[in-house]
Amino acid sequence: MTIAGGTAVGLWHAEANLQDVDAVIIPGGFSYGDYLRAGAIARFAPLMDKVVDASKAGMPVLGICNGFQILTEAHLLPGSMIKNNHLKFSCADQLLRVENNTTAWTSAYAKDSGMVIPLKNQDGQYVADEKTLDELEGEGRVVFRYDGVNPNGSRRNIAGISNAAGNVVGLMPHPEHAVEAGFGPDASAYGEVGLGYGTDGLGIFTSVLTSLVAGGKSRPFPQIPPPARRSSASTRSSTPPPHRTPTFPGLNWA
Amino acid sequence: MEILGRRPTAAELAMYSVMWSEHCSYKSSKVHLSQFGEKVTDKMKEHLLVGIGENAGVVDIGEGWAVTFKVESHNHPSFVEPYQGAATGVGGIVRDIISMGARPVAVMDPLRFGAIDHPDTARLVHGIVSGIGGYGNSLGLPNIGGELVFDSVYQGNPLVNALAVGVMRHEDIRLANASGTGNKVVLFGARTGGDGIGGASVLASESFDADKPSKRPAVQVGDPFAEKVLIECCLELFKASVVEGIQDLGAAGISCATSELASNGDGGMHVELTNVLLRDPTLTPGEILMSESQERMMAVVTPENVEAFEAIMAKWNVEYSWLGEVTGTGRLVIDWAGETIVDVDPKTVAHEGPVYHRPFHRPEWQDQLQADSFAETRPFGSDAVKKAMLELMASPNMCDKSWVTNQFDRYVQGNTALAMPDDAGVIRVDETTGLGVAISTDANGRYAYLDPYEGARLALAESYRNVATSGATPLAVSDCLNFGSPEDPEVMWQFAEAVRGLADGCRELGIPVTGGNVSLYNQTGGVAIHPTPVVGVLGVFDDVARRTPSGWREDGQAIYLMGVTRDELDGSEFANLHGHLGGRPPAVDLKTEKLLGELLVNASRDGMIDAAHDLSEGGLAAALSEMALRFGVGARIGLDEACERDGVDLFTMLFSESQSRAVVAVARSEEVRFKDMCGARGYAHMRIGVVDTEIEALDFQGHFSLPLSELKEAYEGTLPKHFG
Repeated sequence: MTIAGGTAVGLWHAEANLQDVDAVIIPGGFSYGDYLRAGAIARFAPLMDKVVDASKAGMPVLGICNGFQILTEAHLLPGSMIKNNHLKFSCADQLLRVENNTTAWTSAYAKDSGMVIPLKNQDGQYVADEKTLDELEGEGRVVFRYDGVNPNGSRRNIAGISNAAGNVVGLMPHPEHAVEAGFGPDASAYGEVGLGYGTDGLGIFTSVLTSLVAGGKSRPFPQIPPPARRSSASTRSSTPPPHRTPTFPGLNWA
Repeated sequence: MEILGRRPTAAELAMYSVMWSEHCSYKSSKVHLSQFGEKVTDKMKEHLLVGIGENAGVVDIGEGWAVTFKVESHNHPSFVEPYQGAATGVGGIVRDIISMGARPVAVMDPLRFGAIDHPDTARLVHGIVSGIGGYGNSLGLPNIGGELVFDSVYQGNPLVNALAVGVMRHEDIRLANASGTGNKVVLFGARTGGDGIGGASVLASESFDADKPSKRPAVQVGDPFAEKVLIECCLELFKASVVEGIQDLGAAGISCATSELASNGDGGMHVELTNVLLRDPTLTPGEILMSESQERMMAVVTPENVEAFEAIMAKWNVEYSWLGEVTGTGRLVIDWAGETIVDVDPKTVAHEGPVYHRPFHRPEWQDQLQADSFAETRPFGSDAVKKAMLELMASPNMCDKSWVTNQFDRYVQGNTALAMPDDAGVIRVDETTGLGVAISTDANGRYAYLDPYEGARLALAESYRNVATSGATPLAVSDCLNFGSPEDPEVMWQFAEAVRGLADGCRELGIPVTGGNVSLYNQTGGVAIHPTPVVGVLGVFDDVARRTPSGWREDGQAIYLMGVTRDELDGSEFANLHGHLGGRPPAVDLKTEKLLGELLVNASRDGMIDAAHDLSEGGLAAALSEMALRFGVGARIGLDEACERDGVDLFTMLFSESQSRAVVAVARSEEVRFKDMCGARGYAHMRIGVVDTEIEALDFQGHFSLPLSELKEAYEGTLPKHFG
């Protein structure tokens, strides 16, 4: 959030207090160890009552990984996540498609644009009944879809979805690990390959700032920087690397 | 009886038995380990803030930051119960890091298993890998590297070593001591249960034997969520300065924590054992003292800070119980329901355990082994060498490790600058300046078996080289010494030689050992593992943005081989593939190694190189393959000139494991500077090729071309084939 130009405020689970923030991101992790169903206990946190209320009033809410699982447990989003079909924890760079760019969290992307961000979880297989899946498809609420490889058996390759209003979005992969050049995946969907180059996830965070500004929120935001393409590269080479399909190990690619 | 002047109580016996076990007292190894202190010069101690003897060593990395790191073993528990054994190995080393006052920022796992196709290996690999992931991933700690080795000598004794690294500001360093009469002693975290009773003495300090009972109850059970809460809770305690001394509960549980805290302090301690919160109310006092239940810490708090301490516990929902207080008596007194069950001088428990001068002698077979040099037919001609290269890269020890590493989270915390498969793991410490650290762990049991003294120096050399290859300046060492039974004089000789080699090597390189761990009794029946001294080296970066990846990417960059190649195939991966182990390991000159390190760090700092990879197991063949596969970019390679200079044939050039070598990719504009630098320091360097983004192959000109697709298939197929 800070890199995107916003101000991050830590919220404490046990306090029913949103501290006047403009949007909420529920990050990944292993709330209560995921010993029960992932997210099943965290959704009872006093803070979550406030998040549910605020989301119904239109506040942008994003759930990443365990955060997505918490949003489904809180019934802000339909369906749920079960254990990966290969039964293992898996950490790999994953290609997605942004299928809906009208949500509060995806406006910075062109429709159907690609995105390479890390996917890392044990319980990432998205499931829902056929009727729900049809509804999500029909209403354009499948926001992110796995491209090429389905990494975990998710129904209809679904990686992330939104509520009907588009202010609440959840996804299993981690856009926050592809926001700073040098510390992201070794590839981006724009064909660049290099050590930690990938910053495809940054648009998620710039999107919400844009939508808040456009929505008339009075807080001033600093200029949103364009997505950094590469900064860790040597300054010697001025020609961009050739477009090529990344083939190195670890990337879930077509 | 001599110490106490009376018959010991049952509780005292329990306490002495675990604390004087091999695992806790280092009774067989102590006389040798003292070399790590004796061979340290003042210059080497320059960056050392806390040395051997505390929970973990602490190193100054500049800008007010300090780093603590340590590698430990959890070998025996992981064989008995792979998932929990490996998981609690991570938990234990992480608590050592927290108790120094540091925030843990990364873990690494050097792993060694039996033969890849042995029926029991899959059980261990699945259990151990998912145990490490299950614990480390849940804690939110990136796993940034390690080792994976398969060798039948580890069949009944897999090695599960765990390294953790933590960072702190200088002023936040905490030590384990209980000072100040009247200060309160508190136990917090998980409740004490019946798990892990005698883990240190029964498991870690005895060999496995077919007719002994199963040792499962001696393995601890991990709860990573409790540990995560404990980490955050401890860091808040440190920040609020409400604890005077702190100690984690690991091997030997409360026995260890009370006796070590008391003997490192200035007085005694009085503890009411009935105050310990229990998971199982039927535990006897002796069991409570010995239990190795996980996720527990003990701290010393002044009476004024009791309220503040309790408030932090309440915030994090952590259970605690006040056990007693620090006294001025110099005695550790433990009461149980109104009766004194322990009354001892804590130093006799914690520090004045027995010291054994175990007999040791060079095995009679050592000469014969060293005389048995690799004499198999060597592949000759282009087709044979190409085939050998594909076989090498598909072999269990050289193949792609991502089946394992993809089960670990390398991204979490957002500061990982390098992880597997690069030479070292690199973590950013300071987000504003880019200050960071690099860590590598290495060992080669086959080298150490052929010559334990040289084997330890070779492990150190490789780890040092890996850190320098990533661009970091090596600063300090942590070791995990895995050996067979000390009761076997030949094993004891291996141990003594390896320690001597490591201590001498550290002195030659000018970096101190800051701490570590000894794991003995890694043997089943009369069969011991290869001596396996795992050496972790920590290096520092002024800015991690300049770290060097292990693969090339930019078209047209020149590829240089640094160092010279000799005919050194004894102990090599190639010999291993052909079932041969004999002769002498490669020669290593640490002065040359140090010079290579300086050149690699300078080249990184001055922006001369865009890729670098050290040459170790599998030699040049492995290095070139890995560099090409890293980003899927090919190269044209010409080795004839280098073969001529070094007087070796193509096969030897590719498969020999001569030390002090590295391959680097140099931008065209930097070639003159790079050559001048190497020339000025008299370091052998030769241009052996050029990066080519079009050909998608490693083209050994005049010999053969190896398509990357074929290489990739061989490299990536092995682990999935065996483990699914």
